[in-house]
Amino acid sequence: MRRTTSRILRGIALVSTLALGVTACGGSDDDSDTKAVSAGDIQAALDKGGDITVWAWEPTLKTVAADFQKKYPKVKVNLVSERSGDKHYTALSNAISAGKGVPDVAQVEYFALGQYSLTKGLTDLAPYGADKLASKYTPGPWNAVSDGDKVYGLPMDSGPMALFYNKTVFDKYKITVPTTWDEYLDAARKLHKADPKAYIANDLGDAGFTTSLLWQAGSRPYKVDGTKVAVNFDDAGAKKFETVWQKLIDEKLLAPVNGWTDDWYKGLGDGTIATLATGAWMPANFVTGVPNAKGQWRAAAMPAWTAGDKASAENGGSSLAVPALAKNKELAYAFTEYANSGAGVATRVSEGAFPATKAELESASFQSKKFDYFGGQEANKIFAESAANVASDWSYLPFQPYANSIFNDTVGKAYVSTTKLADGLKAWQDASVKYGEEQGFTVEK
Amino acid sequence: MSTSVTAPPAKSTAPRLRTPGKKRTPGKPKRNVLLTVLMAVMVLYTVVPLIWLIINSTKTQAGLADSNGLWFAHDFALWDNIRDTFTYHDGIFGRWLLNTLLYVVLGAGGATLLAVLGGYALAKFDFPGKRAIFAVVIGAVAVPGTALAVPTFLMFSKMGLTDTPWAVIIPSLVSPFGLYLMWVFAAEAIPTELLEAARMDGASEARTFFQVALPLLAPGIVTVLLFTTVATWNNYFLPLIMLKDPDWYPLTLGLSAWSSQAQTIGGDVIFNLVITGSLLTILPLIAAFLFLQKYWQSGLAAGSVKE
Repeated sequence: MRRTTSRILRGIALVSTLALGVTACGGSDDDSDTKAVSAGDIQAALDKGGDITVWAWEPTLKTVAADFQKKYPKVKVNLVSERSGDKHYTALSNAISAGKGVPDVAQVEYFALGQYSLTKGLTDLAPYGADKLASKYTPGPWNAVSDGDKVYGLPMDSGPMALFYNKTVFDKYKITVPTTWDEYLDAARKLHKADPKAYIANDLGDAGFTTSLLWQAGSRPYKVDGTKVAVNFDDAGAKKFETVWQKLIDEKLLAPVNGWTDDWYKGLGDGTIATLATGAWMPANFVTGVPNAKGQWRAAAMPAWTAGDKASAENGGSSLAVPALAKNKELAYAFTEYANSGAGVATRVSEGAFPATKAELESASFQSKKFDYFGGQEANKIFAESAANVASDWSYLPFQPYANSIFNDTVGKAYVSTTKLADGLKAWQDASVKYGEEQGFTVEK
Repeated sequence: MSTSVTAPPAKSTAPRLRTPGKKRTPGKPKRNVLLTVLMAVMVLYTVVPLIWLIINSTKTQAGLADSNGLWFAHDFALWDNIRDTFTYHDGIFGRWLLNTLLYVVLGAGGATLLAVLGGYALAKFDFPGKRAIFAVVIGAVAVPGTALAVPTFLMFSKMGLTDTPWAVIIPSLVSPFGLYLMWVFAAEAIPTELLEAARMDGASEARTFFQVALPLLAPGIVTVLLFTTVATWNNYFLPLIMLKDPDWYPLTLGLSAWSSQAQTIGGDVIFNLVITGSLLTILPLIAAFLFLQKYWQSGLAAGSVKE
């Protein structure tokens, strides 16, 4: 009940603000802002000082902001947090369309960047020197923030996927860790047969998770070229995903629990949800959210779609971007660079964030870090390998937040009724195409 | 809120045995088994969530995950939870509590004041356009606040008032339902003859209002005050789109932000504090209902009996 109403509210808020965002920003075209900003200009701005407002919920930014202010005493960073996800984007779109109260720096997840960059809501950071940072990052995140020679944000963290599994449960029922999705399906059957209350995973339809699995399976449903987009779920990769997941659904092998709810945390803790395929940022959430299962869980590489294939994908992850209407862009860029490329990265990694920078991922101290929660496992080795194996040619739709908001009305049906996954994906495709056309995109069919 | 439903069905005096066939005295209806059962179900329905809230605010985050929802866990952490709720994030919960009080005092208080003044004027004075106002008020009662939220946001944004407490207080001042209730109440509770008598004695309009009308309106005022207080205390959507700065959040928004931390990468999962905070949030409302109950019950009955 609460979920439905909140989803409706979210829908209303999102649709109205998206519409506002697109129309309001269409008018304020200014590409004149492309002159290069030298490092000297930025240093001068830092020496002069001023205030910047940062909208971000990433918890480690608190320390980073404090350190930044210590280094540049004349700069005041006003970090506004507490809010994430849809509410954050609603507020950001509202501010952009109203033209007032726009922050200098905003946290924007990779899947939502396109929506803001295409409507010219963000500053191209390449003239500020961001284009020279490409080689510092792993390909997945860098591909997400850049478009040709334009750079719309700096990667803050990344979410190369891994398979987390409850070793205690696996050992109890003598299940081996699956290395392919077919083995995963067998493990799901074996587990549920041994304990009808236990499931291999929870899934009631999650747009972010599904797109990540499609990504890993080699499907490329979205093609984006400026305002020309294409949506097509009819490829070999999508077929692989449909086949395995349809069996999991048909045989009722997935726990009917939504992610991130208290039920979900409970299931992860009591052994009724035995695996979780998600981004490498998950350990921090395990520690605070599932304290009672400490020592039971381990990390492993994602199961492959074809035996021996190492392909991985990203799930989650976000960037810091500078809105086009930001007042103090030099300072905003300086902070973004400090937090996501400079000294801030080490601080954030030490507080549990998962990096997007190659140097940190490859460093010995990072890779040999032992996770108490995972029984002393050096899990970062697995995550770093996954990060290196993420295919970089994936792209999200420029209206992905909207598309994700209608996922449960289309594909979601496959999880709760007799609708087939393939039909659900087709319905999602049609609805996305329709919305894209309404918003003025040229949609190729 | 729903506390009203749980009000005990009449006074439960000990049942007296009656000889069958005797004529029943009016005013003492026979006990109806079906109604009693229905009532019991309603009481359960409203009280169980409250009990759940009380029980679960005694658990730690770990205890919440591995214990039954309707019984206590092995760890009793109520006092720790209350302390943590008030100290987490530099004690921002206390700030949210003060914000909520501010919005209630200025918003709900102001809305009640306006409703009383407006309702009195509409009930006791004749002026052109009264029918039109009636139509507008009735129409406004039917419009959900949610539908007006986005236009209101854009308007306040133009005025530069978003992300300030005014963006929450000013829209809260408008209570069409309160106005309508006061209007009906004033029409019934204040005999026009009384006002005429006061005027004949030479009292000014202001004096008539304050010394003659206002005491008669007291039950109605309490009722409207309760309605607007509950509405402002529980208001979520308006502050959600108006406010960005957590320092100005009311409790509803703050608790929701804490709850959504559990859905954030790297976020701190604090369901135990969310639950304890929710309990602390509803306590003042329960207190307000208990203390003001007799006033507002008499207020609702006004005009139902012709004297």
